[in-house]
Amino acid sequence: MFYREAGDFSTTYAQDNQTFPIKFDRYRYYVVLFIAIFVIPFIINDYWANSFLLPFLIYAIAAIGLNILVGYCGQVSLGTGGFMAVGAYACYKFMTGVDIWWGGELLFRLPQFNIFFSVIMGGVMTALVGVLFGLPSLRIKGFYLAVATLAAQFFLVWLFNRVSWFYNYSASGQINAPERDLAGILITGPQTEPWATYLFCLFFTIVCAVIARNMTRGASGRKWMAIRDMDIAAEIIGVNPLRAKLTAFAVSSFFIGISGALFFSVYLGAVEVGEAFGIQKSFLVLFMIIIGGLGSIFGSFAGAAFLVLLPVVLKIVGVDMLGWPTDIVAHFQLVIVGGLIVMFLILEPHGLAQLWRVAKEKLRLWPFPH
Amino acid sequence: MNEQLAFTIEVFLNGLMAGVLYALVALGFVLIYKASGIFNYAQGVMALFAAMTLVGIQNGQVPFAHLINAIFGTDVHKFGWHVHSFAAILLTVIVMIALAWMVQQFVFKHLVGQEPIILFMATIGLAYFLEGVADLMWGSELKALNVCASEGNCLPQGMNVWLEGTTYEALGYGFFIDNLDIVASIVAAVLVAGLVIFAQYTKQGRAMRAVADDHQAALSVGVSLNFIWVLVWSLAGFVALVAGIMWGAKSGVQFSLSLIALKALPVLMLGGFTSIPGAIIGGVFIGGGGKTFEFPVGAPFLGGATENWFAYMLALVFLVFRPQGLFGEKIIERV
Amino acid sequence: MLDQTDSYQTADGRTIGPVVMEMKNITLRFGGVEAIKDISFDIREGEIRAIIGPNGAGKSSMLNVISGFYVPQEGEVWYKGSRRPAMKPFQVARQGIARTFQNIALFEGMTVLDNVMTGRLTHMETGLFAQSLWKGKAEAEEIANREVAEKIIDFLEIQAIRKTPVARLPYGLKKRVELARALAAEPTILLLDEPMAGMNVEEKEDMSRFILDVNDEFGTTIALIEHDMGVVMDLSDRVVVMDYGKKIGDGTPDEVRNNQEVIDAYLGVAHD
Repeated sequence: MFYREAGDFSTTYAQDNQTFPIKFDRYRYYVVLFIAIFVIPFIINDYWANSFLLPFLIYAIAAIGLNILVGYCGQVSLGTGGFMAVGAYACYKFMTGVDIWWGGELLFRLPQFNIFFSVIMGGVMTALVGVLFGLPSLRIKGFYLAVATLAAQFFLVWLFNRVSWFYNYSASGQINAPERDLAGILITGPQTEPWATYLFCLFFTIVCAVIARNMTRGASGRKWMAIRDMDIAAEIIGVNPLRAKLTAFAVSSFFIGISGALFFSVYLGAVEVGEAFGIQKSFLVLFMIIIGGLGSIFGSFAGAAFLVLLPVVLKIVGVDMLGWPTDIVAHFQLVIVGGLIVMFLILEPHGLAQLWRVAKEKLRLWPFPH
Repeated sequence: MNEQLAFTIEVFLNGLMAGVLYALVALGFVLIYKASGIFNYAQGVMALFAAMTLVGIQNGQVPFAHLINAIFGTDVHKFGWHVHSFAAILLTVIVMIALAWMVQQFVFKHLVGQEPIILFMATIGLAYFLEGVADLMWGSELKALNVCASEGNCLPQGMNVWLEGTTYEALGYGFFIDNLDIVASIVAAVLVAGLVIFAQYTKQGRAMRAVADDHQAALSVGVSLNFIWVLVWSLAGFVALVAGIMWGAKSGVQFSLSLIALKALPVLMLGGFTSIPGAIIGGVFIGGGGKTFEFPVGAPFLGGATENWFAYMLALVFLVFRPQGLFGEKIIERV
Repeated sequence: MLDQTDSYQTADGRTIGPVVMEMKNITLRFGGVEAIKDISFDIREGEIRAIIGPNGAGKSSMLNVISGFYVPQEGEVWYKGSRRPAMKPFQVARQGIARTFQNIALFEGMTVLDNVMTGRLTHMETGLFAQSLWKGKAEAEEIANREVAEKIIDFLEIQAIRKTPVARLPYGLKKRVELARALAAEPTILLLDEPMAGMNVEEKEDMSRFILDVNDEFGTTIALIEHDMGVVMDLSDRVVVMDYGKKIGDGTPDEVRNNQEVIDAYLGVAHD
């Protein structure tokens, strides 16, 4: 009754290729965008920004990135944490001015990039690293590839711990985001306003989602999916597997790097690589795309929202309402997340995105059963 | 014998012993992968769970004590009794078999025929789930695992003293290898031999290999898939228990035990996922190589702590040239 | 004797052109097994060339050699008059060779339309940056290629299922979609690996009609492996017969039908 596509026909291929061919969907999308851009900044507060909105936006970018690699191109990667670290540290170096040394002498120091370009450089550097660690994917497949990406994960964490150039020789080994602003508005540092950080992250999230959508609906998306579904057949019909896989790694790592850069500079402000970007992070993002739905941009958002909200909800229910000690709640979180992963894989391997699609199908017919 | 050389050999031998422990964990992976094509990421957590259950039973802990206290406001912790180690091990084995049955019944029975990546991710979910349950059941603080502590030591002692003495007399340098490591390698050798005999010569072992090859064909000759899978997961559970005991005795029972799964992975990459001897050889290779690399190269030039990633890098380089590992089955792709 | 570069007219008015692909002394080994033993034959432009033989004769392997998936230990492949250097399968595809597979190699995670569009991938060149913007070059290229794909979809009468995920299709339709994907590449040579396998009489008639139409309308050269003798004799201009990796017959259907060696190996007793 509410959700109809009767009379809503596409008459050109351009119309058929739209992201939201059904008018209802499109209008709903505009409403969500409107609220996100023009309403939330006015009602946002520190608590909601930090506990939900910022991590949601930032993880959504990482989830989109990983989904491109795993969901669309079928290359399993467990190195997401390490790649986020690359984004974070690259961002830090560019923010503080990259110093080039040779033979113990400081040759020169690049000017400090503003926060916007630092984040982008975080993405670019990660893309390069991603291509490098993606090279084995040409020879290694499946689990072996997943395990090979673990090499990247452990190596990168060790690297950012060990090579003090990355944290500007600080004694603590931590990196701290210096205060930076954009057009006079503070984006990093302790004095920022939640609406400013929110809008900054929202901008990146929207742009990344749009780029991802555009790439996956065109030739690149098809090349990736062909490799995922049957890589030998894909090669025989003309897909260059080297280029397809490496572009998947590059694009995916670009997004993950941006996510890492934002995670460090805007959200946390200070990170220590072992605890912020360890293998648990890799699993977290992987879980987001499994629960959200592999091969779906919407699914990346859904999964990110779900896994960011879950500990918040559990804490409210467990600690505030039931009065349980926090460690029991933490254990329960493991149980629930693990159980949900298994449940989703059994019942709905295409995740929340598929559940959403099915719900929409039913809505189309409502109030009729079929 | 030259002191430097002897010391290097000693470091290498100790690395080998560490490798044996990794290989023990790797064995569990190979078993399950051979029989069902599932790469069981939860193997490490199973070792943790097994070790925690053993300690819990031994010390008479109340399962889920913490949780019961939180819900009901009580303050129970222990039953107050002490269970003899051997009985405790037996009970733990029963628990692991029950766990194997549940995992098969509630998880993998429903995932038959799914792609490998889905199965792999299911085991990751299982790992998280099991870890949470283990923590809720027995508490997440560090526990000491003392096999037969209350009854006096039942593990053979003094072998390292014998070894040191003999090598000193023969070669002029006493090789020191930790007693526990020696015990572990013997246990591992016995376990591997037992498993290989089982796989090759018993009816169930043959059935297991048939299932590993082709589910449909095995079904058509009357092999019960469910039975074989419960059997395999139980075996893997038993191997996990042994690994858990060895590791737990070495460094205490806590969360980090589950991370040894991550150490075993490069072992498998090297040895091939489907080969039992490959797991052992790969483990020894990685262990020996890791310590030997750290000692002359890792510590002085790269600042140490290279063990973490060295194994992975080694396996990665190896895989690029031989994607199926040392002993794995060659992957033939047909169109 | 027909020269390499000669063309000729067939009985039903089609023009068969010069030799477009030639296999010269191809030998292919897998370990100790010789799958193809010193086989030479050619394919002329615009003709329908059948490759037949008992199971295990090496026919699919020959197709894989043509696709570049297998590299023969000995021998050369000549394409459009010059020797084809060693190249990867995707480069072979770009040269204008498309194929279908014996056991259907469709991309099961995509719809029919997407699968057919993957056939167009060798013609889609816009860079990553343009693609991320979509509007402009990328969209224009997508629409242009969509139009080609839709023509093929019309031609093979699969419009109704264009948005269906291929995993849900019955076997016969999957084969047709695979043919569509191969045709979408606008190939010079189309390789069909047992296109009629598993089909009933009606479906075979449909598929035969499509194959003839493809050859007629687009002038595509077709090489096909097929077991159904009726189809082979009716459709093809020339036939290559393989047995245990060796070539035992090469000529028109009539010539091959009366070849004693072929009869002994394969056809059984010939009537009239």
